[in-house]
Amino acid sequence: MTWRGATVVGLHDETATARTLALAVHDWPGHVAGQHVDVRLTAPDGYSAVRSYSIASAPSSDGRIEITVERLANGEVSPYLTKELMVGDDLELRGPIGGWFVWRRDQTEPIQLMAGGSGIVPLMAMIRSRASAGSSAPFRLLYSVREPGAVFYRDELRALSDQNHSAIVTYAYTRVTPKDSPRPPGRIDAELIATGTWSPNLGPTSYVCGPTSFVENATDLLIAAGHGRENIRTERFGATGERK
Amino acid sequence: MSAPMNYLDGNAAAGELSRIFAMDITSAEGQCANCGAKRRFAEAHLYVQCPGLVARCALCEHVLLRLVNTHQRLYLDLHGMTYLTLGIEQQEVSS
Repeated sequence: MTWRGATVVGLHDETATARTLALAVHDWPGHVAGQHVDVRLTAPDGYSAVRSYSIASAPSSDGRIEITVERLANGEVSPYLTKELMVGDDLELRGPIGGWFVWRRDQTEPIQLMAGGSGIVPLMAMIRSRASAGSSAPFRLLYSVREPGAVFYRDELRALSDQNHSAIVTYAYTRVTPKDSPRPPGRIDAELIATGTWSPNLGPTSYVCGPTSFVENATDLLIAAGHGRENIRTERFGATGERK
Repeated sequence: MSAPMNYLDGNAAAGELSRIFAMDITSAEGQCANCGAKRRFAEAHLYVQCPGLVARCALCEHVLLRLVNTHQRLYLDLHGMTYLTLGIEQQEVSS
């Protein structure tokens, strides 16, 4: 797979530390919800850095994608992408990548999405893909997030959860909750799995994305609740080292 | 499991592996040469804090794949897997 040129065509802050980049990608072949891209930055001296980012947008044929980047305090690439990059700037990217952690529009079974922090990004692509395809696959999202201010795509998720026949969203706040929250702050647990996710009897496919510790915990809870490991797909991310 | 929790999924190797393979290897099913487990490569544990990429079996932590990139050459070691099998139709839809 070769590197493609991409131009920044829009920027939008999701939270105080996360920004969505809209990119027009040269010869973009289209993607499937859940796939990611590798972004390469090259300095004038030839030093290059590559990072993987999930695609946030639904598949479309207009050659555009969106990625949402969380700024890491000691990051090498994310501070540049979230603070320095401007509309009109160019990047190189490789993709779409990955054929396993994907939701295809012909899937009709119930879908359980579980996001830890910025793990929401590829799951949002699935929710958006469902909406743009007019799919009636039953979707639920359990979104574990530090505090209300750290929620990505807040208005869009609210709109989706207000509509009939649409995705049902449950939040699990780990540090600070909104005032009206019925649940004290904490990690997701068996009780939340029981009340906020599809029953294994419905035969759902689950997609779990977040930091490794979140994915381990969520996957163990799903299996303990009776879900088969073969119906759970995971995508872990962490502070990955440079791979070049 | 004794290994520290600093791994990713095999998914994360898809970009680097796309330099070598025409088809997406991460959605292939592979068999661990040590314990015989048959899993998608995407489900392997991927370690990136090393000079290259190391994928280990999610069950027994046996090394399945090593990929090292020097400036002139790529080195790929697949002897930890007895085979890989890919769905051809799925691949053509996804790529």
